[in-house]
Formats: sequence, C-alpha cells, structure tokens
Amino acid sequence: MHILEFMKEHLVLLDGGMGTLLQAKGLAAGELPERWNLAYPERITEVHRAYFDAGSHIVSTNTFGANTLHYTSAELEEIIPAAVENARRAQRETVGTQPTFVALDIGPTGRLLSPFGDLDFEDAVSIFATTVEIGVRAGVDLILIETMNDSYETKAALLAAKEHSTLPVFVSNAYGEDGKLMTGATPSVMAAMLEGLGADAIGVNCSRGPAALLPIATELVARTSRPIFLKPNAGLPHIENGRTVYDVSPEAFAECVKLAVGNGVRAVGGCCGTTPEYIRALSQAVGAMTPLPIEKKSESVVTSYASSVSFGKTPVLIGERINPTGKKRFRQALIEHDIDYVLREAFRQETNGAHVLDVNVGTPEVDEASLLCEITRELQAVCALPLQLDTADPVAMERALRVYNGKALINSVNGKKESMEQIFPLAKKYGGVVVALTLDENGIPETAQGRVEIARRILEAAAEYGIDKKDLLFDPLTLTVSADANAARVTLEAVERIRNELGCNTSLGVSNVSFGLPRREMLNSTFFSMALERGLSAAILNPDSQDMMRAYYAFCALSGSDAQCASYIAFAEKCPMPSNTTAVATESKEAVPTDGGSELQNAIRKGRCESAKKEAKRLLESVSPTDLIAHWIVPALDAVGKGFEEKRVYLPQLLMSAEAAKAAFEEVKCALLKDGSHAKARGLSVVIATVKGDIHDIGKNIVRLLLENYGFEVLDLGKDVEPARILDAARERSASLVCLSALMTTTLPAMEETVRLLHDALPQCKVAVGGAVLNGEYAHRMGADFYSADAMGAVRYAESLSGTERGK
Amino acid sequence: MTQHAIELFDASLPPVDRGEVLRYLRARESGEVDALIEDCLAECEGALTGAGVCYCRAELRFENGFAVIFGQTIESHDLARALAGCREVLLLGATVGVGMDRLIAKYSRLCPSRALCLDAIGDERIEALCDAFCAQMQQKTGSTLGMRFSPGYGDLPLSYQRELFAILDCPRKIGLTLGESLLMSPSKSVTALVGIS
Repeated sequence: MHILEFMKEHLVLLDGGMGTLLQAKGLAAGELPERWNLAYPERITEVHRAYFDAGSHIVSTNTFGANTLHYTSAELEEIIPAAVENARRAQRETVGTQPTFVALDIGPTGRLLSPFGDLDFEDAVSIFATTVEIGVRAGVDLILIETMNDSYETKAALLAAKEHSTLPVFVSNAYGEDGKLMTGATPSVMAAMLEGLGADAIGVNCSRGPAALLPIATELVARTSRPIFLKPNAGLPHIENGRTVYDVSPEAFAECVKLAVGNGVRAVGGCCGTTPEYIRALSQAVGAMTPLPIEKKSESVVTSYASSVSFGKTPVLIGERINPTGKKRFRQALIEHDIDYVLREAFRQETNGAHVLDVNVGTPEVDEASLLCEITRELQAVCALPLQLDTADPVAMERALRVYNGKALINSVNGKKESMEQIFPLAKKYGGVVVALTLDENGIPETAQGRVEIARRILEAAAEYGIDKKDLLFDPLTLTVSADANAARVTLEAVERIRNELGCNTSLGVSNVSFGLPRREMLNSTFFSMALERGLSAAILNPDSQDMMRAYYAFCALSGSDAQCASYIAFAEKCPMPSNTTAVATESKEAVPTDGGSELQNAIRKGRCESAKKEAKRLLESVSPTDLIAHWIVPALDAVGKGFEEKRVYLPQLLMSAEAAKAAFEEVKCALLKDGSHAKARGLSVVIATVKGDIHDIGKNIVRLLLENYGFEVLDLGKDVEPARILDAARERSASLVCLSALMTTTLPAMEETVRLLHDALPQCKVAVGGAVLNGEYAHRMGADFYSADAMGAVRYAESLSGTERGK
Repeated sequence: MTQHAIELFDASLPPVDRGEVLRYLRARESGEVDALIEDCLAECEGALTGAGVCYCRAELRFENGFAVIFGQTIESHDLARALAGCREVLLLGATVGVGMDRLIAKYSRLCPSRALCLDAIGDERIEALCDAFCAQMQQKTGSTLGMRFSPGYGDLPLSYQRELFAILDCPRKIGLTLGESLLMSPSKSVTALVGIS
C-alpha cells in the first residue's frame, strides 16, 4: 500500500530516537552512527524492529548524516543500502501486524548555507541529491527530511528529493525556544514555503518536549492543507548518576501528543530521548483515534526567510522602486553593478512601510538572469520583506525562484497561451503567488467583462497545472484617464468583480492612472483610495510618496482594519518623515577641530550624512562637481584620516566621516549624470576581495569605502572568492592594485595562492594584503607587495601608486 | 563508562557592558561614538534570540603529559597545562545566533561604522554569554572552573574544532556550524574546554 493512501484514512505512528539508543549500545562520543549500519547491522535492525514491534508504521533509516560531507560517495554506496536493508529486515521480522513502511532519513548537512556560512545553495542541493539517489535505488517507501533548522537548507533538501525521486517527501523542522527556526522562519513561513515546494507532509521534530511543540504543530495544521506530523523530544536531557535522563515520561509524553492529534495532527512519533517504550505508550493513547479531516485552506501567502504576508485582509503595499524604468540613476547603478545602491533603495522602502518589494533589474546593458539572481540573494540576506520577482524573461525567473529563500510573488503571467506555458510550471515547482495580468493575444479588453473573462480562463489553466486560486493575484491593469475618461472606472469594476465573482485577490500598479497629467500624486492617491474601497488586495506603488501612504493609512483606519487606529497614529506622528540623521553629537571632547571650513566639511568631519548630502546639493548649484570633490570633500576627509593616523580619531569616527563623504559623493554622482558626463576616477583601478574560504568582510568593506571616498574606482568581488575569479577581474579591469583580506589562519594558503597567481599572470599589478591574522613579515613572505595594518594604510598605498602612475 | 550527554544552558543574556563594547571597538567615549553605540544596541535587541550554549562534562586523565578526553589523547602541551590538576573537563559550544550576522551584513553594506559597532557588541555578547554560563556552572558544580581554552590557542590545533563539533553535536543543538576553513558560523560563537577542579 502507498503511504499517502494509508495516511488518508489512518493515524500514522512514526518511530522514536535512534542516537540515544545507539549510545546505550556503545556508540562513542563523536563516532559517526551511520558506520554502524555496516559494522553492527544487527544492532540497528534491533532498534528498528523494536519500533515496529511497539506499533510504528514508519521507521526511518539510520542515515541522518549520510551525505558526501561526512563520507565519500563510495562509502555512501555501501552505507545507505545497508541502512535500508537493516530497516527492511526489521520490517520482515517484526511481530507487529500493522502496515509498515521504510523512510530514507535525511538530516541537515551541519553546515550553514551562504552567505552566513560557506556552503553554496546549489552545492547543498547536490549533496542531498546524492543521498536521495542512492536511497531511492536501495528501495525505500518515502523520504523523511528532518531536524532542519534553516529554511534555506530545507529548501535545498526538498528540491533535491523532488528532482531525484517520485517518492512522497515528508519534511520536518526543528524550532527554537522562540518558536522560530534558527535562521528566523516562523511556522507560517515554513507552511507556505514547504507546501509551495510540494512537500507531501509537513512536520516539527526534535527541539524540545511535546508541550513546547504542540502550539507549533497546531499552527501548521491551521496554515496548510497538507498532513502535519509531530516528533518531539522526551523533554530536556540531564545527567543523573552518570546516565542521561530525559524529563518527560512515556505516559506524560503520550498524553501530550494525544492533544496534538485532537488538534488535527495526523502522524506522531518521537525524537531525541524517546524509545520504543514511548512509541508503545503513544500507540495505546492514540492508536484507536481517527485523524481529523484536513480542511482546505484558502489563505494567499508569500514569505521571505522570516516573515509572511497574506493577501485579502489588510491591503498589501508592494514597493516599486527597485526598477530601472524611467530612473537614470538606478539604471546607472545596475550598469556599474552597484549592489549597495539597490540595497539602499530596499531599506528606504522598508522603513517607509512597504510590505513586499518588487525586484526588476531588466535593462539591455546587463545580463538580467544573473543580476536578478544575485540581487535576490543579496536582498534576502539582509532584508526580511518578501520579494516580488519581476521579469519578462522566463530563464531569469526560474533562476531567481530557485535561489529565493521563501515563497515569492511571481510577476507575472497573462492570458496568452505562451505566457502560461512558461510561468505555471515554474510556479508549480518552486511555489509562489503569481500575478496574473488580464490581457491576452488580443490585448487588453476595453470592458471589465472582457478582463474578468480572461481572469476566469487563467484560473482554469492554472488549475490544470495544479495551481490553486489562492496562489493567483489578478492585476486587471490600470490605464491612464488622460487617454480614456472611462479607464479608471473599468479597472475598478474589474477589481470588484474578480473579487466577488471569482473570489480572488487583486493587485494594481496604481500610478499609471495619471500618466500624461499634471500633479499626478493627486490622481494616484484618490484612485488608490477608490480601488481599496472596491476591495483591492495589493498595490504596486512608491512607498516614499507621502500622498500614497496618507491614503493607505487613512483607508485602513476608516475601513476597520487598523485596530485602535494604531498604525494610523504611528504614521501621523512621524508625518512628514523626519530626516535620517543619526548621532547628534555633544560639543565636548572634540577629536577633530571643526572651526573654519565650510558646513559641508564640518558635516563630513562630524559624520553627519544628511547635512553632508544637503550641503553638497546646495554647493553644487554654484560649484562644479570636480571642484567639490577636490576642494571640499577630499580635504575634509583627509583631515579626519590624519587624525586617525595620529590616533586622535578612532575607527568608528573615521567611518562615520567616510559615510558622510559618501552621501556627498552621491549628490556629485547625480549632478554628473544630469550633465551626461561620468565621474572621473583617479586613474587607478582597484579590485578588492576577501579570499576563498573566508566569509567575514567587515574589514574589506571598510577599506573599500575609504578607497572610494578618495576617488579610486573599486570593484568589490565580495567574500569567499576563488583565486581565478580575482585574477580574471584584475585582468579585465586592467587593475593596478588588488587588495586582499583574510581573517583565518586556515585561509592564508588561499591568499598566498591568489598572490602567486596574480604575480605570475599580471606582473605589473600590485597586491596589498591585510586582515586579523597577518603581519608585515608574513605578508612579505607570501610575496605581497604591501601589508596594511589598517584601512588608511591601504589608501595611502593606493595614493602612492597613483602618484607614480601620474608621474609616468 | 560514563555516558556522554549534551546538555543545554538556559541562555539568558546579562545586560550589555558598554565599557566592554568600547574596548572591542578600540575607541574612547565621545558624543558621536556613544550615540552610535546606543543606536546599535537598540537595533540588535531583537537579533539575539538565537543565542544558545550546549555543553557536556567528561572525565579527564593524563597520559604522557597529554590530556585524554573520551578516550582520545589531545596532543597539546598548552591544553594539558591549562587543565592540570583537574579531574573533569567541560566541553562547550556557544553562539549568539545568526541574527547578529544578518545585522552586521546589512550595515556592512549600508553604513560600515554601524557594522563595526555591531561587531563589537557581538563580541561583547558572546563573551558575556560564556561568562554567564561559566558562573552558573561554577555554582552548580560547587567547584572552580579554569580558563576557557579554545582550539587555536597555543599549540592546540584549530582542527580540534572538528572533534569538539562531533562530540557536542553543535549544529543540531544550538545551530552552530563549522565551515570548510574551520570558520564557525554564526560568527559570534565560541567553543572551548574548561577544567573543573
């Protein structure tokens, strides 16, 4: 019988702990338990058999850590089939009469995924894929991915399981004391993400005792239409007379798990500290129970790695600023690969109240697929808002969906056959809520009726791919009222009818309505209010616009979706937005003299970003951009730099000044773009990177910031960078200087290799090194041209090289 | 043989010591720096929820002048010196969690002075966590704890991290992982051996 068939009608008993039992049988501290599948097969079979005898329907193989990080592929080819056979033998020998199944057990890799760890996402997928392939060949009934405490690694494992097998996949996470995964995901995030990726059952295991996991299991039941399972620990371990004891007894454990079954959990077992005795108690407590029927959920949800946003309640604001269309400065940033600029746009929208960020990086000068992928990774590392991936290129869409750590908004599909054939399979495989535009091969219908009909067709087509209507967000398209007086009326009618007749959520790009008209914000905000009143679920807009945000908060307060008007009051209190000035300093203990010099120079010396920006803007009305750099910004910075070198100024202050200078530079850059000219770099091209194996980059970022401030053109390759990539970049840029940073003694060989590679291939290129573990002597020995103890040292070295070059 | 059991420490963090933060920041008090620290402290309040400590106690013997733990000889003179006179040893892994790394990464891109300050706060927090743990263990065992001796100190090779991680099951217990270059992630983490006398 198929496990999923059996599960429809029956409550399923899983097994209990393995590690604790193996320890009792003599497994030593730090010994790899999977080796016992070969060394002591009878002991492993004994454990499995005890679980089957106690009533388990499913036992999981002793393969928790059986992956290529701990074993060679050849070893896995022996270990995994042996593990499966040990479970199969127990299945044949058990006295139990219940239907029994064997699950291939897959635990986490034990490594953290990039960017906070050093394991690449696709490498993680391959590691899991190897285990899955061998396990499937050995013949199991299902796959159990368990104890995952990171959403991203969970996705890697589930993708691998789905891509390399057709077996049912059960996926279970370990939640911390705060009810979240170690990397931040809540149960509702995991429910949406795992259901979207096609998990056949979703669970919670390990972590803590049954009482602590009960609310998590109950929330999972409420959030998904998939069966939920629960495998808690037997409480917390402690030592009594030299023995490990867990503080929840089998009976208490069973009583508590029974409550979970009463709340709709459909499969139960145990994790650390549980034994066949616990499963027997469980079998007695719940064996006769019939599982509750699964209710189909209709909540439409997107998530990031940490937070979820649902449509259909409070209107959702989708920030539109990450998009080059009509934005010269943004386009420039994409062409220059200025990722920080994109991140700043994201943070500003987040601060101003966006719930989701649209991400569109399509401009002819860039490789959109790579850039969308890269920016998705960068954004999800530091921003907790869900993303709306926005591209017309299905290849870019798939690559971005693959690396996305959550359930994304997919922008977009439309009623054209080709569009649906490209987008729906992606949505089915990776999960996501798809924005569906109500247009087709014949264009945009002029009537609301026509748009509703297309929506209906899209709905039917989606169903054929197995995509539920909760995972569609219809955009009935906003056209400008300057061309057709009825345009807004038709759109609003379509919003209302899609909601009422199809029961679906809607989204609009609001600002198109005023195209070609003056004072657009007046029309936009009123149209937005009208659409919200007709039931609009989401809007793509500029969260930096006061008018739009006023309309939004006022609507929420007036429509009863803002309890005690709390959000409205909070918004009103800071309206208009205060400037972002931080660190208002007291006048005492001046480390940098502030007398004399202009306002701009004072702002830079004191590290005040906002006033530096404002002053730069004012000065640019009368001073040329190059003069501003040469006579205002650089001298001010230099004064602070000297203070640092003379130890009168400390690093945090130096950085604050550098940041203020950067804010002033940003104004210079805008002025130059307006002129159509480009910022003139100081002759010297610099490439900077943290070497292979090293993932900490604070020091490197500081050096980069200062070099940029001094007018050098810097290409930042990031952290954990292969030597060959650094060489390629240096060659391509004709770099005169490469700066390398390393933090660990273990990554010094990588640094040494990079230096050697650069010197062999590009003898004219100088290499400067720095980082916690280095000193001048070691740097010299590895062949570096320069060792810098601090960030200013690197700047001075670059200046000296630049002087030499000019002298030539 | 004593069974090896990994226990978890109820990781409640003590209040932040601003003097220590300044020390890690290698800066002196000033209006700008103080304001920066206060801002950063406010920001990282929610970022420290992933903190955790896992530990296990083991019998300690000495053979040929080297410490033997769980039947394994650790060839380090400096470790043996640090543990001299002890009959038991505490193995510990501690982390403030990945939330701190996320904040540092965010500001590293946005505002490096903040990143630097958050980094210093992270250093202060992980040391404070270890101190709090050791103080409690001292009370619990009624004995004196020695210094925290970590892989990479003196002649104890950094590669001993692998052994410690295998014994303590750090990834599963507290979400602390070890990279290929023996770098720990989350970055604000400590592993150590502590003698109990």
